[in-house]
Amino acid sequence: MDPVRAKLGLITHSVYWVTNLPSDFGDWVGERFTSKQDLLDENAALKEELLIHKRKVQQMASIYAENVRLQQLMNSSERLNERVVVAEIFGVSPDPLAHKVIINKGSRDGVYVGQPLVDADGLMGQVVEVSPFSSHVLLITDSTHAIPVHINRNGVRAVAEGVGDLYQLELRHVSNTVDIQEGDLLVSSGLGQRFPAGYPVAIVDTVVHDPGQPFARVTARPMAQLNRSRHVLLVFNETRPKLEPIQSDGIPAKP
Amino acid sequence: MEFQQNPNIVIVVLSFFLALALSVLPLPLNWAWFRPEFVALLVIYWVMALPDRMGVGMAFGVGLVQDVVENAVLGQHALALVAVAYVCVLSYRRIRNYALWQQSAWVFVLIGIHQLFCNWVHSLTGPASQSLIFLVPALVSALIWPMMLIAMEWLRIRTQSSRF
Repeated sequence: MDPVRAKLGLITHSVYWVTNLPSDFGDWVGERFTSKQDLLDENAALKEELLIHKRKVQQMASIYAENVRLQQLMNSSERLNERVVVAEIFGVSPDPLAHKVIINKGSRDGVYVGQPLVDADGLMGQVVEVSPFSSHVLLITDSTHAIPVHINRNGVRAVAEGVGDLYQLELRHVSNTVDIQEGDLLVSSGLGQRFPAGYPVAIVDTVVHDPGQPFARVTARPMAQLNRSRHVLLVFNETRPKLEPIQSDGIPAKP
Repeated sequence: MEFQQNPNIVIVVLSFFLALALSVLPLPLNWAWFRPEFVALLVIYWVMALPDRMGVGMAFGVGLVQDVVENAVLGQHALALVAVAYVCVLSYRRIRNYALWQQSAWVFVLIGIHQLFCNWVHSLTGPASQSLIFLVPALVSALIWPMMLIAMEWLRIRTQSSRF
């Protein structure tokens, strides 16, 4: 049925195009009727922000080089080069029980099922269905979604599950002795081979140790602006990780 | 309701397209339960207005289109709308003579049936609502029924053609 659906996606696309007209019109009006002073203020603020980011990038180069050297010393795999494409959210799933959004990039732009989606603040979800001009994205807070994460502070691994609440994730099977605190940053660990490693996912909200329960109850708040973002980034994994057998002396075997 | 049997087919198609667009209009996820079931309301309206032209078959077709547009399980809305249209076809003679608020109560029951079918399919394929919250769209639909009825009657009588 999926190819049929992909073809019918064109009808769907036209309906969503119509429903998107009011917000497009709003954007257009907003662009036309901005005062000069607002634009100047915004420009100044952006320049300031750019300056701050540029300062951070200055050190990036040396840190990156150092990181590569250290990784070579440890003989671990290289960081993957990731390409991103900006997409726009132009529809929300009408089903109240599903946290899905529709973006305006499809198979014509090279989008594939399982592709991760991020916004400016963190990981948003993954593509679950692709048609020529649009694709459906399952958000990390959907009650059928789970993502492998680790705590940025100490590297403890966990699985963050959606519970159907836009502002909450739950960590599954965290034992009471695990070092986890409120305010810990959870980043994607890349273990599921689906999401790239190192993207911020959520911040730990509450940790409840109940002696009557086998596991601690840990809830976290997603970093990404799941119901505010309009422009999002699709991450392309240029090179899938290659698995090479490792010899006993730690040098990768020649294929 | 007028007992005029010359519908303008363009108006029927356009009204359903508009209802489909309204049923996927982006809403904040926290508000999604308060969206009326526009397509089901329209099916009820057209069956009651033109019972000898609109019936279960029309409901099935519209339901399939709605499934495609909403990306639901194929047949979910078709099943629910067929049930609603069938009850409508059986009962339209009585309902037409009801007062508006009584019709609203009846619409609440019909959309409730629709929601029950949808929730049933949900529970077979994935997460379903655990409480009676899935009846909220039925309540909202019942509240907008009088407005929709008056607007659609005005539109239908203005546009009916004599070509059929």
